[in-house]
Amino acid sequence: MTEIVVIARLVPDLVEELEIAPSGKALDRSWLRLIINEFDNHAIEQAIIIKERSGAKVTVISPDAEGVEDMLYSSAAKGADRLIKLTGLDEEKKPTNKSLAQSLAGLIKEINPDLILTGVQANDDLTGDLGPQVADLLDMPYVGYISGVSLEGSTAKALKEYPGGLLAEMEISLPAALGIQASEEPPRYVAISKVRQMMSTANIEEISAGELDTEGEFTIERMYLPEAAEKAEMLEGSEEEIAAQLTSVLEDLGLL
Amino acid sequence: MASNAISNQLPFTKEFKESLFLIPEGENIQTCLQCASCSGVCPFGFAMDYPPGRMIAWMRAGILEEMLQSDSVWMCVSCFACTEICPKEIPITQALMTRAKEEVLLAGNVPAELQSALEFSQQYGNPLGESSRKRAAWTEELDFEVSIVRKDKRPYEFLWFVGDYASYHPRVKKVTQTVARLFHMLGIDFGIMGPDENSDGDSQRLAGERGLFEMLAEKNAKILGRCEFNEIVTTDPHAYNAFKNEYPRLGFEYPVRHYTEVLLDHLDELTPKLKDIGPIRVAYHDPCYLGRVNKIYEAPRQLLQAIPGIELVEMAHNRSTSLCCGGGGGGMWLDGFRWEKAESRLSEWRIREAVTVGADVLAVACPYEPPRFEDATKTVPGAENIQVKDIAELIFAAIEN
Repeated sequence: MTEIVVIARLVPDLVEELEIAPSGKALDRSWLRLIINEFDNHAIEQAIIIKERSGAKVTVISPDAEGVEDMLYSSAAKGADRLIKLTGLDEEKKPTNKSLAQSLAGLIKEINPDLILTGVQANDDLTGDLGPQVADLLDMPYVGYISGVSLEGSTAKALKEYPGGLLAEMEISLPAALGIQASEEPPRYVAISKVRQMMSTANIEEISAGELDTEGEFTIERMYLPEAAEKAEMLEGSEEEIAAQLTSVLEDLGLL
Repeated sequence: MASNAISNQLPFTKEFKESLFLIPEGENIQTCLQCASCSGVCPFGFAMDYPPGRMIAWMRAGILEEMLQSDSVWMCVSCFACTEICPKEIPITQALMTRAKEEVLLAGNVPAELQSALEFSQQYGNPLGESSRKRAAWTEELDFEVSIVRKDKRPYEFLWFVGDYASYHPRVKKVTQTVARLFHMLGIDFGIMGPDENSDGDSQRLAGERGLFEMLAEKNAKILGRCEFNEIVTTDPHAYNAFKNEYPRLGFEYPVRHYTEVLLDHLDELTPKLKDIGPIRVAYHDPCYLGRVNKIYEAPRQLLQAIPGIELVEMAHNRSTSLCCGGGGGGMWLDGFRWEKAESRLSEWRIREAVTVGADVLAVACPYEPPRFEDATKTVPGAENIQVKDIAELIFAAIEN
């Protein structure tokens, strides 16, 4: 049976205004409402589509956070087979991708999946290097910006999006990790009654993240809202006048 | 394979049909005469592959699969026109149409625009996807304080259940503020739930998401159980219907009144304050869930008739035959879908009726209506000068005049 692991994270919901914690180094968790990372939601959908098409066992792993159970039960209602909550993480401090990837890789190694799917990025993680780091630790190939996957024997056929509206069809040897940009079909709706049914029948396994390796990590010195800059100075006049003004501005700045 | 398909289908048909009997008077469906009045009176019957009468016929024949695979049910605005006209008193809206939507939704056949409203309702407690923390933000523009019952703990005469569109929609918010001013002016003692209020869930229920309705009802009941009040008042006929007819089935019982009924109680105080705003011809649109479903036809009309200068005129469809605005049964979240199917909007039909009776103002009493009808006045020829006003706005205008 094909094993698919989906890594799904909860991220700050931008419907609410974000507040900075008194420490000035993090978001204020007490004001934060969390929601599934949209790209991870697509990764779950893609895993379920593959399962429906060619059969697979789908495991969804998510770092513990407020509301994570609801998200996992909802994944089960969509068709996920195994639900894992990664526990023991510092609630105040968001783990870096490096330490989270190490913890996840240890856990995923035991599952020995054919395919790992995760969102290509998240609103609180635009670098999107969680997938690549997990892939690297497990010695798997990683391809990001995927918008559709099917499995054929020991390979995955995936569509990768490039800037400028280009699409590439790729063949990737399994096992592999893919960063999902969008699932083939939009994430489905599951009736609350089905989610509630899962709440009484599905099991969420709690697995400790273990000691996180924080060596060589960056630390956040200050977190703040973008500060309003001084008003822009508009250069006006004919093209030649504007060019002349621009030259003198650049000279004044010592750039010419 | 064919025999398999049939054997899978039969128990489901039987199960579905029997589930209808669990709904009050649901067994009346057995007595259907196939008169087709329901399909004929249905404002969107023409755009359905399976209007209600045909659904019953097919169900009797044991054929359900095609019906549930079709998207006909998403044209149903839950307006109760079919239920009202049925000579055999079959609860077509509550039993057949709503149950069919539930089945279609469980099968995952949900139009995308409806899906996001349902997801928002689950996530934020309102179908608009607005911040639940800002649910009471409409009170900030008032020049008096509105009590939030959990903060300002004391017994209240009225718990005002504000509702989704009344709390957040920029046009409807103005109506809400006007109602608050009227209540304040009349010394009516009320508090609101503020950020603790969740959608009443009735339109989500009628759009087939019963589980979501139950979840929202439980959340509201949890808060209401901790508050002291005599009655619930609401401007929203859908919330009114939920509290009056649906919450009691879940074990949550609260007396509820529509704001037009409460204002009518204060008519003696109001009348001397009302100045002439006429002459204007006003047509009143009966909201489905205030009128046809809950039989409140007169309170809104009595209020309108108390305003000097108003000539109340009736449109072709009025009282029990009122025409739905198109927002019911999930219609607020299916505009694009229904436009593609029917290429017409019920709100536009209604505005045409208002044009026909020469109305200057279309008076409404439901939060779904001001934006729907105002949009329709922009597209219906001859409706350019028709104003859409909530009854509360007309009363307030007569006081301020």
